[in-house]
Amino acid sequence: MAEPQRARPKPTPETQHFWDGTKAGELRLQRCDACAHVYFPPRPFCPSCASRKVTVFAASGKGFLYSYVINHRPAAPGFTPPYAIAVVELDEGPRMMSNIIDCPQTPEALELDMKLQVAFQQLDDKITLPVFRPAKG
Amino acid sequence: MRKNHVAVVGAAETTELGVIPNMSQLQLHADAALNAIADAGLKLSDIDGFATAVETPQQVCHYLGIKPTWVDGTSVGGCSFMLHVRHAAAAIEAGLCKTVLITHAESGKSMIGKAPRSIPADSLQGQFEAPYGVYGPPSMFPIPVLRFMKTYGITHEQLASVAVVQREWAAKNPRAMMKDPITVADVLNSRMIAYPFRLLQCCLVTDGGGALILTSADRARDFPRKPVYIMGTGESVETPMVSQMETFNSSRAFKTAGPLAFKEAGIAHKDVDHLMIYDAFAHLPLFGLGDLGFMPHEETGKFIADGNTRPGARLPLNTNGGGLSYMHSGMYGMYALQESVRQMRGIAPAQVPNAKISVCHGVGGMFAASGTIVFTNER
Repeated sequence: MAEPQRARPKPTPETQHFWDGTKAGELRLQRCDACAHVYFPPRPFCPSCASRKVTVFAASGKGFLYSYVINHRPAAPGFTPPYAIAVVELDEGPRMMSNIIDCPQTPEALELDMKLQVAFQQLDDKITLPVFRPAKG
Repeated sequence: MRKNHVAVVGAAETTELGVIPNMSQLQLHADAALNAIADAGLKLSDIDGFATAVETPQQVCHYLGIKPTWVDGTSVGGCSFMLHVRHAAAAIEAGLCKTVLITHAESGKSMIGKAPRSIPADSLQGQFEAPYGVYGPPSMFPIPVLRFMKTYGITHEQLASVAVVQREWAAKNPRAMMKDPITVADVLNSRMIAYPFRLLQCCLVTDGGGALILTSADRARDFPRKPVYIMGTGESVETPMVSQMETFNSSRAFKTAGPLAFKEAGIAHKDVDHLMIYDAFAHLPLFGLGDLGFMPHEETGKFIADGNTRPGARLPLNTNGGGLSYMHSGMYGMYALQESVRQMRGIAPAQVPNAKISVCHGVGGMFAASGTIVFTNER
């Protein structure tokens, strides 16, 4: 029997560009052409001013650790506890949930405000997940 | 909405609370409803308005044999019932119905006749949260707390004291699930669930239900129980994704719903005799005390740790023992409302002497939603 798999995102027409981006090694955000608001998750209009004129762009992939939990139980399918579920604040402003790789999953190692850099984890042919690792330097 | 023009005239929980393996979720709705009907001295045929969450109004109305002219199926998580109270009060005032029944029930432990919660893979949560290993409320609800602690200097010991104080209240309540005294050390040594939260900082998982009956204050005089008036109400929603809250230093939904209710009631914080803040997890009373304006967030942890919300202290909080020690079927808001009504009727197991104003504040779905009700027993 196959191991239980971690939840796989299923893109919608409004989010396809994001998942195309991660596959290509880019973290894509959207910026409003009218008011310059940068937002996430994806949608084809600005949640700040309602303009439909918005532009997809590749974010820097830089951010910092805003908050997290280290989940012990119950563990989600495809995860081995303990594992951190983090929220990252991107330099461009929006926050997103993610995992922190290349870092012990401990309170001592996971310091709030630590600088992070995006990395990409391929789940299958269709989906590559953005995750984060401690920034170098 | 005009204050004190609608009143609670019936209130009851299910006959049993805890582990109820001999009843489906739908029957738990009926059990609570029949108890509330009896409490109010009514017949089911007197009910012309109905509200519930998760289960549909048509499901529960048909099962009970109710023929409503007004229904509300608002389902925004555990505070849905606070929103139902608000909507029902408005509907009664508008003349859309005269007597509203609100039911909650959940086979949260036994899972009989309860659909499992699932996150569709093409929803925003399914795409942008589920892949990172969130799995049920313990992995999601506490996500803001480390930021909150850092911002305001809240300590682990202070967060543990929330559970300790609520256990003191639960010890006075024969129907509470957990009554044995605990210490801060017990909390901090209990099994890790999702750092920084341990078992004793997470709500119970139980079966149960509750129901309320509301009617106009003018009619309420003719009922057997002391009327409990709806003095003020507030509601809001923010986001279904905990990662997308405006800030982890407060809840926008709390900050909208709470002040709306206080304003409508025309009360100040010093007027509050009794307070319920939905405590699915130990940080929620701290968010609530700050966001409702009782004190700056910085002071909330010390306030509870210093014993200011204990039995006999100046701000009695979560006097049934709360979701941490009384019961938590999954959508706890109804039980907080029941305790406020008991306190206003003067019949609570841990009764606050001479309490005249009770504030009942609910949260839904990992800070997704909020509802606040101010009750009073004086018109």
